[in-house]
Order: sequence, then C-alpha cells, then structure tokens
Amino acid sequence: MKIMVAIKRVVDYAVKIRVKPDKTGVEIHNVKMSMNPFCEIALEEALRIKESGLATEVVAVSMGPAQCVDTLRTGLAMGADRGIHVEAARELYPLTVARVLKGLVEVENPGLLILGKQAIDDDCNQTGQMVAGLLGWPQGTFASKVVLDKEKQIATVDREVDGGLETLCLDLPAVITTDLRLNQPRYATLPNIMKAKSKPIKKYTPEELNVEIKSDLEVVQVTEPPKRKAGVILSSVDELIDKLKNEAHVV
Amino acid sequence: MEKLRASRHWLRRSSRSLFDRRSELNSEKSLHHSVLTRSFSGYQKRILPVCLHPLRDYRGLAEANAIQFKCFGSVAELVQRRPSFSTLNSDDISYFKGILGEKNVIQDEDTLEFANTDWMRKYKGSSKLLLQPRSTEEVSQILKYCNSRHLAVVPQGGNTGLVGGSVPVFDEVIINVGSMNKIIAFDKISGILVCEAGCILENLTSFLDNEGFIMPLDLGAKGSCQIGGNVSTNAGGLRLVRYGSLHGNVLGLEAVLANGDVLDMLGTLRKDNTGYDLKHLFIGTEGSLGIVTKISILTPPKLSSVNLAFIACKDYFCCQKLLQEAKRKLGEILSAFEFLDIEAMDLVLNHLEGARNPLPASMHNFYVLIETTGSDESSDREKLEAFLLSSMEGGLISDGVVAQDINQTSSFWHIREGVAEALMKAGAVYKYDLSIPVEKMYNLVEDMRARLGNLARVVAFGHLGDGNLHLNISSPNYDDVILAQIEPYVYEWISKHRGSISAEHGLGLMKANKIFYSKSSETVQLMTSIKKLLDPNGILNPYKVLPHSHNP
Repeated sequence: MKIMVAIKRVVDYAVKIRVKPDKTGVEIHNVKMSMNPFCEIALEEALRIKESGLATEVVAVSMGPAQCVDTLRTGLAMGADRGIHVEAARELYPLTVARVLKGLVEVENPGLLILGKQAIDDDCNQTGQMVAGLLGWPQGTFASKVVLDKEKQIATVDREVDGGLETLCLDLPAVITTDLRLNQPRYATLPNIMKAKSKPIKKYTPEELNVEIKSDLEVVQVTEPPKRKAGVILSSVDELIDKLKNEAHVV
Repeated sequence: MEKLRASRHWLRRSSRSLFDRRSELNSEKSLHHSVLTRSFSGYQKRILPVCLHPLRDYRGLAEANAIQFKCFGSVAELVQRRPSFSTLNSDDISYFKGILGEKNVIQDEDTLEFANTDWMRKYKGSSKLLLQPRSTEEVSQILKYCNSRHLAVVPQGGNTGLVGGSVPVFDEVIINVGSMNKIIAFDKISGILVCEAGCILENLTSFLDNEGFIMPLDLGAKGSCQIGGNVSTNAGGLRLVRYGSLHGNVLGLEAVLANGDVLDMLGTLRKDNTGYDLKHLFIGTEGSLGIVTKISILTPPKLSSVNLAFIACKDYFCCQKLLQEAKRKLGEILSAFEFLDIEAMDLVLNHLEGARNPLPASMHNFYVLIETTGSDESSDREKLEAFLLSSMEGGLISDGVVAQDINQTSSFWHIREGVAEALMKAGAVYKYDLSIPVEKMYNLVEDMRARLGNLARVVAFGHLGDGNLHLNISSPNYDDVILAQIEPYVYEWISKHRGSISAEHGLGLMKANKIFYSKSSETVQLMTSIKKLLDPNGILNPYKVLPHSHNP
C-alpha cells in the first residue's frame, strides 16, 4: 500500500511574525520557513506505518513556489521515498489544494492520504475534510492514534474532540488529519540527508492535473490584533462597580 | 616550624568560637570544622606563605572579627574580615535612605538571603544591607560615602557568577544595579547600543531582534544575567568564536570609581586612539576597580540563516580535526562550536527536564554542536551539509542530525546550555573553567578520571572552538577527599601547559589566591599597584580577584 502525505511550507512556528506595512499579508521575505509542525507529525505517522510493514512506500507532496523543494527534501531526509512538487506561483487556498490533491490521488492511487490537521499560517483546518469530500473517502480528523489492519483494510482512528476522544473505524482508502499528540517527529539524520539527495522529486503543474488555480476568496486586509490594554488595580468595591457599570457596561 | 605550631594553636582556639557561630552559617559550612582538624595539615605548605600576615595580626584579637569560611570550592582557606573596614550603623542607613528613598534601601531578611547567596548556593555572605540605586548619580553618592566611611561594598547584577564574585564574603554592602535597566539609545545604522548596566541580556537581545540586530554574546544565564556584570567579568559564552570577546565589542562605558568619581568613557566610536584606552580597566576586573553603570556596545546585524548540527564523534581526535575542518570549510559562517562528552550527555538526559536525545540510536563518546549564521539560507545549508557529509565520509563523524526548524534548534541548544543545570540537580559539583591548547584538552579529563576512579564522575563540555574546557566533577555530596584529589593537581596541570585556570568565569572568591598559576608575580604586582591607585581603601569587592596577601 502506498501512503501519500501532503506537507506545507510555512513561516517557522517560533518566528515573531509582523504584518506588512501595506496590510496585504504577513512579512515572509527573509523570514525562516519550515515544514508545518502538523505536517511533520503526519509524515512521521506515515513513516511509522511503513516501518511496521503495513505500507510499501511513502510519497511526500507539496505545492507552491520553487522553494517548496527545500521542504520536500526535509521530508525525504526524514524518510519519505519520493517527492512530488506541484508548481504554483500564486497563493493557494484550501479548496484549490484539495482539488490538486484529488488529481494526485487519481494518478498515484494511495491507500491512505495523511495531512496535518491545519497549517499554522492560515489555521484553516479545511483541506483534509474537503479532499475527503471530493474523493468520497472516509475521514478521521484530529487523529491522536492510528491503528491499521491490513487484512480487513480498515484504519481505527482515535479523534480528539471537544468532549474527549472518539474512536472511528474507517474503510481504506481514507483521509486522516493529524493532531499534536499523535507522535513526536524524528530528526533528519545525516545518513538520511545524504540518501535524500538521490531521491526523486517529480514536478507537476496544476494544468496537468486538470485543476484551475482560481479562488473565490480574496484577502482584503491583514491587521494585527488590538494591543492588550494594561490591567488596572482598583482600590475599592465602589470603584469596581463604577467601572463595571460605566466602562464595561455589564452591570 | 614555630609559626606552624602557633597557627595550629590559633585554629584550635578559634574553632570554639566557630561553634558559637554555627547557627548563623548554613549546614554546608559545618563541614569546616572537620576540614580544619583533618585537612589543614595537608595544606600547610601552600597556605602559610599567604596566611602568615593575617595570622600574625589576628593573634591577640579574639571574637571581634568573624571568621568566614568558604564553603568548599578550591581550598578551605581562611578568609578573614579586614579590620580596617567599618561596620554599618543607623546613621549610615539613614544617609542611604536620604539618597535613595526608603524603598531602595533593603534590610528585609528574605531578600537579603537571596542577595547574599550565589547561584550555585556555594557562597553565602552575611550582608545586612542591599542598596538599589536607580542612576549613576546615586551610585556615585553611595560610593563616595562608603569610601569616606571605609564601608566595603559588593557590586551585584544578575548574581549568576560561578566563582563567588557577586556575593558578599562578610557584611559588605550590596549595591545591586538591577534597577538601572533603561536602554538609552540605539543607532540602527551602525548597530551601536547604549544602555544602563542593569539591563538583562535576554531583554537586550529581544529589543535588538526587533531592530534586526543581535547581542555579540550569548550564554546560558541570559535570562538573568545583566550586561553590567557581563562586561565586568568579560563574559565569554557561545558566540565568542564568531564575534570575539567583550574587549573588542564594548566601545565605551561609564564607571564610578571607589571615591565616587564618575568616569564618562561612554564613547560610541568604532575607532578612537586618543590616549590610554582605560575602559579595559573595567572590563573583566570583576568590580574591583569600579562599578560599571552604562555601556555602549557594538551589535552585529541579525543574519537570517541560522543552521545547527548536532554531531557524534567517536573520539577526541575527531572532534579536534572537525574543528580544524570547520574553520576552514565553513569559514565565515561558523558561529559556534561546542562539545559535550558522553558523561555530560548522560547527565543531561537523566536530570534535565525536556531534554530529548537527538541521536537516540546509541550513546556516543563525544557530541559536537556546530552552528552557522549567514545571510543566504540555501547556500549556507548546502555548505553545511556538504561539510558534514564529507566529514562523515572521512570518518570524522559517526552520526549527526541537522535541525530542520527553530524548535529543533532550541532543543539542541537546550542540551548544551542545560549541562550546568543538570549538574546542579545531580548533587555536588566541583566546577573548573580552563583554557588549554586544543590538542591537550581532553588529556586533562582522562588524567582526572584516572585520578578519581570511582570517587566521582568527571564531566567535560565546553567551547571547543575557543579552547575552553568546562571540567566538572560531580558527586552526590561534597567531600574533601575528592577535593584533595582535584586540587592543586588541576591547577598545576594547567600551569604546566601554560593554560588559564579561569578561561571565562573569572577569579572571584573561589580562585582569588590562584592567580599565580597563570600569571607571573611581576604582572600581579602591577595589578596590585593599579588596585591601590584606583581603590586605596580597598572597598570595592574585597577578598576577591587578587591574592589576599596582595590586597591593600
């Protein structure tokens, strides 16, 4: 069975981001970019499944500008077998990404498509769900535990939901999106970095996959959240009531 | 012989008064009684030349002067409170309250407890007064007064020093500059930062981060240490191999002398060859010649591409060779080269919270961290990877990982920066900070291991790129048998190889009498003359840095 993992190149989680002066987006020029942390977890899970003998190949997929290849190389250095880069100059929104993934799935025919639950730059949490819908595949999102049964061709997924944990049984092929507690991603070791240099990365264009890059969304403005005002220490209950009544208007 | 007997007699007499004072000292210090009776004989030959004079003066005076003992550390030397220093009285307190205001004159026992004890909880003073000036003028007034009253003082910043230089030995007044923490100016074009001495290093780095610059030094204590202290001790740290020492990066400073005179040398010029460059008198002199109140420092631009590799080597020769190759192949982008041995790694993995082994497959004899900082992410990455792969093919590297994002970078650094903390948690630690020629460095560690055998655990790590070894001997408890095996052997070893007995930690109280292992007596004589010139009453940080026999 082949596993396909979708990974995204985002601004590094630890970077202090700043809004561009023209408010069209966040400053990403000269800022450290890395693999989305949830995508790392997704890739780690795929590698563990392969190492347990339940899959034969892990294919890492990424879409975007040329620098995506760096992120794919990291994925290959972690242990993925092949990479696929879909070139796209413009910013891609979840529905477009889902359509591209559908196209790739139709070419590659994986038994499992694993993604991170959301990207830390847009926090959309939509791609996994959309691609499952487009493919008509079952989905196990916010996975905190994944157990595969090769014979019965099902995946048992524990999901982190508001009320606690929910366990689902999915028929393969299926879409799984990973949550934080699923695993701890491995480091890219030197021998693997060496091997990664010779692993192939195939290039596709969206047209080859019959996907048109258009978006129904337009970002109008990006601003910083309002600065938190300092707290005030009050000296008496009367003052508190006065503030609650006249400033906060809650009494 | 005569003097030997006399001194032993004196000690026996004094030990009785020790018992009375036992309640004041903390439990660790009670070791001293046993130390006195057991080990003194072993140290006679060495201490006597130093102690003779104070002993001669002491005989005759009884309990008036409290005898302070260093907890352990180098030698159970007897440091005696200098009789020429006055004791605080209520007039002094009122005077200080008049200058600083009630709030900044602290006599509260809990706060004093903290200010009297160093980070390692090895040295504890008994000061009754902590002053927190908010301006250079206030520092000047305090020192002028203390000088006239012959009141000894200890300048204090973040109190993260490791040689007992930042805490009182007896009842010296603590002058903590932590309230002087304003950033005065920053020139975005030249990168020159002017700030007060109480600014915490990490805060300065965050401020500079917004401006696109970084501090030229970085050390594990960055969350608490203050720049005034860093400058006064000429702190080294992780980036010295790339940006050089503070002697090169500090462009100017403002210091207050013992008599209250303010020396304004706060230049912001990169080049200024007018006369003697006196600012160096305050860099690395550990507060013994003046209190630094403002600093102007050259900060390097923050470069976007930082890469970190955590590498395993099978023996020390490979580490050394790797350093040579790194300097050549990585050249201008190399920004840190640190090492840890297997004992250090083991300690960290067992005692440090949140430490994760980057190479869990097996334990290796040596681990090296190589950091590169440059302006082009992809070319730096390629350079580093090419270097690492060729070193691996050449057999210099057994295994390694390259950090893929900032989180991984922090977690690798956490391991190296956390060794000191892990050592503290593991029990007692004998800490030595030595500069040795790189080829010989590990020989000392191996010799030490052979000497100590099963008595204690020898842990080695440090700034391999600068030839600086942090030799730490860890054992569950402090024990003079262990100490006897370590000292003076380690100092003599260093002296033989013309190394430094204190690469970056300074002399403080711990190594105040050890300077002769690394400096000639003529040199020390000149240092003493300078001290006498700038601080004739010897009130600034007494009992430290220079040998006790040489203090005024």
